[in-house]
Amino acid sequence: MAASAKSLEICLFSSKLLRNIQLRNERFLSTSGCRLVAGSDGGRLPKFTPPPKPVIVDKTQNEAALRKFLSPEFIPPRQRTNPLKFYMERKDMVRRRTVIDLPEFYVGSILSVTMADPNASGKSNRFVGICIQRGGKGLGATFILRNIINSQGVEICYEMYNPRIQEIRVLKLEKRLDDNLMYLRDALPEYSTVDPEMKPVPVSASGEVPVNTLKVKMRPRPWSKRWERPKFDIRGIRFDLCVSPARMERAQKWAKPWQEFEMLREYDTSKIEQEISSEIQQEMSKLKST
Amino acid sequence: MALQLFARPVTGLLADTLSLIPQRTFGVSSAVAAIQKMTRVRVVDNSSLGNTPYHRPPRVIHVYTKNGVGKVGDKVLLAIKGQKKAALIVGHKMPGERMNPRFDSNNVVLIEENGNPTGTRIKVPIPTHLRKRMEGDYSKVLAIASSFV
Repeated sequence: MAASAKSLEICLFSSKLLRNIQLRNERFLSTSGCRLVAGSDGGRLPKFTPPPKPVIVDKTQNEAALRKFLSPEFIPPRQRTNPLKFYMERKDMVRRRTVIDLPEFYVGSILSVTMADPNASGKSNRFVGICIQRGGKGLGATFILRNIINSQGVEICYEMYNPRIQEIRVLKLEKRLDDNLMYLRDALPEYSTVDPEMKPVPVSASGEVPVNTLKVKMRPRPWSKRWERPKFDIRGIRFDLCVSPARMERAQKWAKPWQEFEMLREYDTSKIEQEISSEIQQEMSKLKST
Repeated sequence: MALQLFARPVTGLLADTLSLIPQRTFGVSSAVAAIQKMTRVRVVDNSSLGNTPYHRPPRVIHVYTKNGVGKVGDKVLLAIKGQKKAALIVGHKMPGERMNPRFDSNNVVLIEENGNPTGTRIKVPIPTHLRKRMEGDYSKVLAIASSFV
């Protein structure tokens, strides 16, 4: 649809150009006499200003090329499983990515997913929502979209590499203060409400991904989890409105401040990331050439 | 006059403390098993039985399945406003399979003995995989749904 619109635009533009050229030719051949007469009467000719050159920027195409991004499911978990398993899964993932465009997105981005659904009318189902969690490694990677439809909270857990998925579009690319937004289930409904007819918001292709520093207000208790506990380490909740200072202090009893110095828990993925991204690029170029 | 003057700061103080004191909390039906006996449910159609306020929430008193756990598309018996009423589960809190929706509340639609819905409209979205099982028996329930997800 978009491609056809674009081609139509180009057609229109070229036809305009043609007409301009014709007009200019006519003027040089002095067939448009009335204008010249008017100009001589006024004493000066109306100066011709050429129309500004249109700058056609394709916002969807070059986004991936400028910002270096490796989807988190490519990084294998830290365990003793044979690395060959993850290597083969990566191969399959790359093959799937040659068929479908799985864009860059983060927890907190707003996505729309179209999937094949034999039970839906029209055999396809589109859902728009805010991504509240990304999970899984390898081919089984998932993400959860949340939205509120007719004042009913709905969440759908999508498998990224499921062949039922037809299209994933990022409507608004941004990050939030936390890596997991499960607390939106206990927040006021306006924080997880997304308009299903939302238009994509353009984001600069090269710069950093914007971070939305929104802090949400919570519903009164009970919540599904005790979000004030330090193990969740949540920064996106206005705790000053919903949790008493005494309770916040009590929650600090569960803090484990020594864990940040635990070297065995540290999993530095920067080196693995480089290796895997180069491997994926090779694989992609190989598949494209054949 | 003096009383009014005195009352204003007191009420202000009261409001402040109210927000800080934890309100009395009630446990809600958790998402351990989808829907079982004694689960409190939300009636999502516009039937008068399910929408008039009553001092007790509707509860499931029987699930018509072999294992006693009801999922989307299963029939349950409710205790609602002091009477027994059959209902159809159209969404639950417990996450089901991948790619299927999970709802924030346990939703049911009241049905008659013959499978026809009591109400005339369903206000919330209905999962599409309800169609897979329900096409024949409860086609009228699907017909009154306002939206699918």
